[in-house]
Amino acid sequence: MPVVSATPRSTIRDSLSVSLTVGSYGLAFGAASIAAGFSVMQTSLLSLLTFSGASQFALVGVMGAGGSVLSAIATASLLGFRNGLYGLRMAPVLRVKGMKRILAAHLTIDESTGVALSQEGHGEAAMRSGFWLTGFGVFFFWNIFTLLGSFGAQAMGNPAAWGLDAAVPAAFLGLLWPRLTTNLNRSVALIAFGISLLLTPLLPAGLPIIATALVALAFGIGKS
Amino acid sequence: MWWGVIGTSLMAFALKYLGHSVPERLLSSPRVIRINTLIPVALLSALVAVQSASAQSRLVIDHRIGGLAVAAALLVLRAPFPLVVISSAITSAFLYRFI
Repeated sequence: MPVVSATPRSTIRDSLSVSLTVGSYGLAFGAASIAAGFSVMQTSLLSLLTFSGASQFALVGVMGAGGSVLSAIATASLLGFRNGLYGLRMAPVLRVKGMKRILAAHLTIDESTGVALSQEGHGEAAMRSGFWLTGFGVFFFWNIFTLLGSFGAQAMGNPAAWGLDAAVPAAFLGLLWPRLTTNLNRSVALIAFGISLLLTPLLPAGLPIIATALVALAFGIGKS
Repeated sequence: MWWGVIGTSLMAFALKYLGHSVPERLLSSPRVIRINTLIPVALLSALVAVQSASAQSRLVIDHRIGGLAVAAALLVLRAPFPLVVISSAITSAFLYRFI
């Protein structure tokens, strides 16, 4: 295969469209975080430093519902575990060290990995471009939209009056939906849904959610 | 709340960096990969349930369920994410005001 010096136009187009679409979800996160009682500063720092949508939503969701800090961090971290596996997949493609590796790690999320893997047919250089372009693109838009969303929500006042308390579960459902591709995934989702509701009156807030990770574990080990 | 911000950020970065640093063989068994795809499915589903039907360790059915139903319907129709979230919020706000 010839060495491709210029980034294919399709890679640039994919990266940008994903960045803008996903970045705009930051509006929902900014609003949800304010509704859960976090300040604009804390909300922005989460998007800058955690930079992992599902984990951020989980933290503000669990703490907003009265869960302890520890159960909120644990839920967020369990959701962040997959980023580690993405890193595992991307490291041999990116081949970076030192500061660049720190940067690459920070930008390792669903979207940057997804676009990179979708460019596999165009060669490793296109994969690298896809990763960096999408990583930086999502980072840029995600943080801008987080700020807009948090200012907007702050100006609104009572979250329930504006439906912000329903926007959070809707956002989770939107994140869950594309994953319901197999019967196994659908069963796990359904069982987790039921178990978390059954446990809600029995356990302190936050724990019913973490407990469902055991469902994933049981199905993951059992089914082969 | 600050502990949540700091703790989550540290954990998120540690997990990401770990992936870039450990040898690939260590974590790439099919079982680990399968568990890894199932964990977000379980947690996100639980988050949907708890966030829409509970308040302080009690199960409740209120305006949020209406919002969730609209979100689910729009997802079935393949609506884009922002439309799903906004429609859900509008429905819930409407029910909150009039019920």
